[in-house]
Amino acid sequence: MLLLLLCISSVPVLTPSSAFAGDAVSQAGTGSAPAYMPAPRLKAEDYPKAGGVNPRLAVWFAAQMHLWFAAFVLAVPVFVLIIECVGVYTGDVRYDGLAYEFLRVSLTAYSITALTGAALLVSLVVFYPAVMSYLVSIFGSTMLLYALLFFVESGALYVYYYGWRAMTGPWKKAHVGVGLLLNAAGTSLMFIANAWVTFMMTPAGVDARGVFDGNVWHAVNNHLWNPMNLHRFIANVAYGGSIVGAYAAYMFLSSKTGEERGHYDWMGYTASIIAICGLLPLPFAGYWLTAEIYSYSQQMGINLMGGVLAWLFIIQAAVIGALFLAANYYLWCGMQRGAFAARYNGYIKYIAFVLAVSFMVWFTPHTPLLAPAEAAALGGQFHPWLAPLGLMPAKNTAVNVMIIFTFLSFLLYRRSNRAPAVKWADSGKAAQAAIFCAAIVNIVVAGVYYGYFTNTVYKVASSVIQVASTLFVIIACSVIERLIHRGAKEAGAYKWGAMPDGSQYALILIAVSFTWLMGLMGFVRSAIRQHWHVYSIMRDNSPDAFTPTVAYAARVVSIGTVVFLAIILFIFWLAQLGRRRDE
Amino acid sequence: MPRIVKFSLIIIAVYCLLKIPGVFFTRPIPASVLSVYLLFAVVATLLAMTATGEGATGFIEPIASLFADPSKRAARNIVLVIVPIAAAWIAYAALRPDDAPPPIVRSIHPAPPAAFTAYGRTIELASLTNPYRASEKENPSQFRAAVDEGAEIYFKNCFYCHGAKLDGAGHYARGLSPSPVPFRGTDTIAQLQESYVFWRVAKGGPGLPREGGPWLSAMPAWEDALTEDEAWKVVTFIYDYTGNRPRSWAK
Ligand code: HEC
Repeated sequence: MLLLLLCISSVPVLTPSSAFAGDAVSQAGTGSAPAYMPAPRLKAEDYPKAGGVNPRLAVWFAAQMHLWFAAFVLAVPVFVLIIECVGVYTGDVRYDGLAYEFLRVSLTAYSITALTGAALLVSLVVFYPAVMSYLVSIFGSTMLLYALLFFVESGALYVYYYGWRAMTGPWKKAHVGVGLLLNAAGTSLMFIANAWVTFMMTPAGVDARGVFDGNVWHAVNNHLWNPMNLHRFIANVAYGGSIVGAYAAYMFLSSKTGEERGHYDWMGYTASIIAICGLLPLPFAGYWLTAEIYSYSQQMGINLMGGVLAWLFIIQAAVIGALFLAANYYLWCGMQRGAFAARYNGYIKYIAFVLAVSFMVWFTPHTPLLAPAEAAALGGQFHPWLAPLGLMPAKNTAVNVMIIFTFLSFLLYRRSNRAPAVKWADSGKAAQAAIFCAAIVNIVVAGVYYGYFTNTVYKVASSVIQVASTLFVIIACSVIERLIHRGAKEAGAYKWGAMPDGSQYALILIAVSFTWLMGLMGFVRSAIRQHWHVYSIMRDNSPDAFTPTVAYAARVVSIGTVVFLAIILFIFWLAQLGRRRDE
Repeated sequence: MPRIVKFSLIIIAVYCLLKIPGVFFTRPIPASVLSVYLLFAVVATLLAMTATGEGATGFIEPIASLFADPSKRAARNIVLVIVPIAAAWIAYAALRPDDAPPPIVRSIHPAPPAAFTAYGRTIELASLTNPYRASEKENPSQFRAAVDEGAEIYFKNCFYCHGAKLDGAGHYARGLSPSPVPFRGTDTIAQLQESYVFWRVAKGGPGLPREGGPWLSAMPAWEDALTEDEAWKVVTFIYDYTGNRPRSWAK
């Protein structure tokens, strides 16, 4: 990896055939400061050809594979560390074992991440040398840091994993410290890579011709860097949770004994809770990212949500809806593990109803696909009643309601094996109900009022009210829940393993949907740059500088998803072998 | 009532509900949307009904017994005849040649170019602003004058298509496809920045990128008929008259 990085740093910064705009201008007047070149204007000859390989496809595929694996392996240590700390804090050794098992599942994926990373690098250097040398001329120093961090991460991982059994007792703290180092290094790696990617979308630290001002921080801290860091971090955690959840489901379904089933049921449950915790804030991070894209460039924003790519957001809406439904279904099934489940089963249908309706709103396109007869009947391209549902405020309202009801499913799940013990339990429950209702009213009113009756400037404001209401419900109700259950008797432990098999398919569905969704939306993010390598600064003049059709993109991503999942399945199988050997 | 019957009744009820706007109010929910709604309804109902252990078995049992139970032979045979016929009919209906043109996949607001040429120069969309917008607060009388002139320009040039009430229902509207856009309501210009609207007025249907296709829209390119100043005035007017605000971003 490092070798490769050094290789690209030494690619000559100027490719001989490139013509430069205003060379003289940039030379003059810069005085003693190092002179940076403007972004090269590339010609068709600047893009090497290699046999029958389609350069864009090669880079796309390698980048996608690398991203999936990297997301997975960056996320796992985050929650492994948290679970390990929970284990230390509660003194419950089961957590320690679970954390270790999570880490083992992801271990093979580390080497594959490095391999796919190398493949990506090679394909970039081979097919887009001029682009890479321009980026290196700006980001060279961060690339060295990247290589360094990669070593730190590998070393920390090695110690963290292989030292798990050895570093106990007084060494446990040191072990947690190594985990912290591992996470710090991993997350920094991602942040650095994010800087390169976001620079290509919203360049900073360069002038209109691409002349770099010499300060790396300006280029790193560009417009989208932080929104992207946040969005990717949260999404990774959700994604990592979903993949280990799928592992647990796989093991659950192939377990022979009741004890094994119980173990993997618990593992799947923990993993899915992690995935859901990541999923809940994700729409907000996504909203921030989108708003920042719009504010950087209206054109990019409209490209993103208004043009052809909008169809991918419709798919996204459907897949996210499916994720929410699957998560809820899993919780409903999970309720059956508790002794009091029967009490709450009656609520399931109402929650399902609300989710379905929100999901429909969330999906409704602003301009639907119309048969000519329908267009004639409607007298235009919009459905007068449905079109308002196609706008952002309606989507925000729907997604907040979905989140609140998913949280309700979770509360019911928690209650399925314990009953409140304090005297004021009934008032506590009434308060919770009141908070739920008030928040929902608040969210709907804010969505409708700000969304349709005020200036567009305030649309963002409405989403703030909605998010605040949702967060308030989650926090306030959790607190009340804790208080009214203080000293509560558990009605026996959860009957781990007592789950219908269908619930496990829900876990697998969550992992598959996440993978597909990441691929599709990753394509959209990258595609809104259109024919630019670096948006508005360095033009893509290769024969591939066109936006592929949505169908083509969906095919590429779908094939990638299948390949990735096949490799993941192989990894699961390896992990299963490892486990057998351990026993 | 067996669960599977209950399930079917729920789905039929949802279907009927979704058909109401079309049957009674001539506002059909487009088939593309309706089918997805129905899919959501099926999935959600199915999940809600099978979340509990007995729910799942209660759902699958009748189906399993239909195929396994010897006493259900008659019912089984009926199902085995009806299902393939239904499947065949659906396949036939989907493949039957049909003279209806395919659905219009058209972006109403396709992505604008970063810059375009009009009035003899290159105009950058990102830095383009309405010269009259500032006067709205600073110099209201100048602003009103611009709006009034914009109104005159509108009724001399645009209302044939976009309508006297700016509702997209002008004299020619019925004959055009895609139909002229209404400026009222929150769907069109309320979603756009003024620079975008100016671009649309200057470059018209011919200036649309390919996704605005598949064929040219009748919207004329006004750069040759209206001056830059007139174009801004009419843009100011269509916002002012409909009470819409151009899209803007809080700084
Ligand atoms: C010949 C009929 C016709 C005339 C006259 C006409 N338009 Fe249009 N206009 C259309 C059609 C059709 C569309 C929708 C298709 C499209 O977007 O090009 C449209 C779209 C628009 C849009 C895009 C709105 C949006 O939401 O994307 C604007 C703005 C517009 N017209 C402004 C004007 C103005 C201002 C005038 C007068 C100077 C005018 N039009 C005159 C037919 C017309």
